[in-house]
Amino acid sequence: MALIHTRTPVELTSGDSTVAARPLGVFARPRSPKGWRNWLFTVDHKKIGIMYGAGSLFFFVIGGLEALLIRTQLARPGQKLLSADLYNQVFTMHGVTMVFLVVMPMGAAFANYLMPLQIGARDVAFPRLNAFSFWAWLFGSIFFNTSWFLGGGADGGWFNYAPNNGVVFSPGHGIDFYTLGLLITGIASLVSSINLIVTVINLRAPGMSWFKIPVFTWMTLVTQFLLLFAVPVITVALFLLMFDRLFQANFFNAALGGDPMQWQHLFWIFGHPEVYIMVLPAFGIVSEIIPTFSRKPIFGYPFMVFSGIAIGFMGWGVWAHHMFASGIGPMSVTVFSLSTMFIAVPTGVKILNWLATMWGGRLRFTTAMNFAIGLVAMFTIGGLSGVSHAFAPADTQQTDTYYIVAHFHYVLFGGAILGFFGGFYFWWPKVFGYLLSERIGKWHFWVTLIGFNLTFGPMHILGMQGMSRRIFTYSDNQGFGFWNMVATIGAFMIAVGLAVFFVNILVSHRAHKRNPIEVGPDPWDARSLEWMLPSPTPEHNFDEVPTVTELDEFWHRKYGHDENGRLVRIAETSEVAQKGDALDVHLPSPSYWPMVVAAGLPFISYGLMFSLWWAVLGALLLIGGLFGWVLEPSTDPEDDHGHAHAGGHDEEHAGTDVEAAELEEAPVV
Amino acid sequence: MSDAVIAMDVEAPHDQYDAQSGHAPTNTGISNEKVAMWAFLGSECLMFGGLISTYLLYKNRPGGIEVRDTIDGARVGSSVKISNLFDIPFTSVSSFILLASSLTMVFAVNSAVRQDHSRLRLWLGATAALGALFVGGQVYEFTSFVKEGAGFTSNVSTSAFYTLTGFHGVHVTVGIIMLVSALALTFRAKVPSGEHVEILGLYWHFVDIVWIVIFTIVYLIPTGAPQR
Repeated sequence: MALIHTRTPVELTSGDSTVAARPLGVFARPRSPKGWRNWLFTVDHKKIGIMYGAGSLFFFVIGGLEALLIRTQLARPGQKLLSADLYNQVFTMHGVTMVFLVVMPMGAAFANYLMPLQIGARDVAFPRLNAFSFWAWLFGSIFFNTSWFLGGGADGGWFNYAPNNGVVFSPGHGIDFYTLGLLITGIASLVSSINLIVTVINLRAPGMSWFKIPVFTWMTLVTQFLLLFAVPVITVALFLLMFDRLFQANFFNAALGGDPMQWQHLFWIFGHPEVYIMVLPAFGIVSEIIPTFSRKPIFGYPFMVFSGIAIGFMGWGVWAHHMFASGIGPMSVTVFSLSTMFIAVPTGVKILNWLATMWGGRLRFTTAMNFAIGLVAMFTIGGLSGVSHAFAPADTQQTDTYYIVAHFHYVLFGGAILGFFGGFYFWWPKVFGYLLSERIGKWHFWVTLIGFNLTFGPMHILGMQGMSRRIFTYSDNQGFGFWNMVATIGAFMIAVGLAVFFVNILVSHRAHKRNPIEVGPDPWDARSLEWMLPSPTPEHNFDEVPTVTELDEFWHRKYGHDENGRLVRIAETSEVAQKGDALDVHLPSPSYWPMVVAAGLPFISYGLMFSLWWAVLGALLLIGGLFGWVLEPSTDPEDDHGHAHAGGHDEEHAGTDVEAAELEEAPVV
Repeated sequence: MSDAVIAMDVEAPHDQYDAQSGHAPTNTGISNEKVAMWAFLGSECLMFGGLISTYLLYKNRPGGIEVRDTIDGARVGSSVKISNLFDIPFTSVSSFILLASSLTMVFAVNSAVRQDHSRLRLWLGATAALGALFVGGQVYEFTSFVKEGAGFTSNVSTSAFYTLTGFHGVHVTVGIIMLVSALALTFRAKVPSGEHVEILGLYWHFVDIVWIVIFTIVYLIPTGAPQR
């Protein structure tokens, strides 16, 4: 117990004690280490990460069903499954769902779970804010999808151009759901980005200087900076649109002096960084997978990092390449053409480095590695078609055709989603303590890859033939029938692939339940700090925060070089891995308030559309929740802060209460 | 209080409580809350940037707009030019009041660092009061503009004006709520630490600086188009 008194509150990540705050007496604090409450009120970055992952997979199914509706409608000429109006809603909801409710939160899932582990932190800097981000995202997503039952979904496309987004062309509430829903998820993204930025800047393990940070964490950091600066721009655009639609302003109404182009500019100043927000986390993931399964350090680590940073900067200077057909003038077109060609360079650097990492390595083709290589190949195709948009004369032919649809699915599905699947297979044992089946995983990979190429490959051809995107049907004599049918077959193959993934989870979980096999801390012989921890990760993360001396610290603890420079094992994993049995670790206590505050947001949004009484209710939740939150110490003075033990609580934590009393948190959000 | 930004981040003593700075140890030596506030303010720059660019785009667009009936019968469209209604002396005074509140904020931070109870209350209260005076001036200004026929929906220039200055006013209001909350906390328990008041001050100064930009761009720089 002596340790308790020397070990000071590293674990408390949110500040010190100056005010002897008492929690509000109205509600008791959640204090249930087991069952569903443990998830609902948790502030643990790992549980929040898992919930982000589960939520994004749920919406992946929803968005996937919408995609299947689209593909079925387009399978043959003149189909009548969806009306033109319903088709508009379905493709809009598909796009928004996939971008904001699938790819972004899936990135957040990996960032939340892994980033603190990779830098040797106890948790993120602001655990309750982290919980708030998750709930705000989830409630915003649910709010957005309730539009189906309240008069129909948004129908302006995911970038929702003016004047189609005005009341005249979209009189229902669909686009209001878009506006308000994205404002809510935007708040979630902004809060989360601040939280994760502070975590990386401030909570790295001793010795982990900037260039010993794993590439995934670097890419997460760049992503969060992009979010930090991109979200406020779309917030402005969404507010202006909300004022137009709900308060009779005319910002985007050309008939009354407004300027539809302003929407395009604001949207794409956000929208292009958004593209990198979606793909950089996946780049980070494959930058962890490929070195592990090549048994080589990442090739050109500084280039990897700096190309990520370069993408982060240059991503701000290319937005108008989405607008070459909108008459922005020859000078703008030239500038944005050039900058778009330049941004291909850092991306090319990344591709080269992944290939060079594999070159001469001892490759192991696990499912995770398959997906990672899949990303490298597919993203290269998407990147090349992307560069072809940089040439403005060509782009004005391609824009708003299926060629564009093909391009961005190659970078988002072939880039982000394949990377995320690789990440699922790679880190699944770390998160859940059992491996996913490799045999089923191979099926998952190949079915998905083939289905993906069947779906989106033909769209290049369709686009070149002149098929516009967002048309709900086409006639027989246009000659689009064959490739559309192929694409539809491919889309159903992707659906089968996803089903195989879920089957894999189910089967592997059952097998694990029947016959648990200890996966150990390090099933892949991997490189970064999270593999030092037992699987699944203990609630308190590290028993003792490791001191870092090298990039790939964990690898260097396992391997050294003999006098000939050959790689030799210097320690067994069990010797260098942590036991996960520390008892003296303070963790932030669970809290109701993040969820209460987040719950206020959709009510306010309903209120703006339907009846202001809902907004009053929402505002009460929001303000009451904020005050409850602020007045509650982030660590409950009466709580025991260790992880749950069977019995022996009182003796175990007798000493901690003294310390807890000293640690009462200042009321800082 | 002095933030040793130069502190070598790699050597941060992760397992020891930093007695001098009074917050949990961090790589930078700066508290998490303060880094978070800086990050948030960075984000706010882009938000006000978006709003200001919108105003600049629309500020000369009242003219030549016909008055017409909307679908629901309301009359929209007015050629009223918001900048013709500006009362520069009045707004200058209220701007001065807001800037003066930055000074009282500095005093508040100073008192908090010295843990001087009564002075801290005084200066927090003074800052909040000056802020409230500014917001009151804005409410008065808005009311008089509306009386003169420049409502939120009159034309895009008035919409852009109210949106930009309104967002700023909301920011000031949120700042006042935080100041009053901090003031209330001084009665409830111990004094907030210098660190926390300083973070509050960062926000307050930022809002003031934004007002300097807005005041210059919106009120002082004449609009380009001929008056109609």
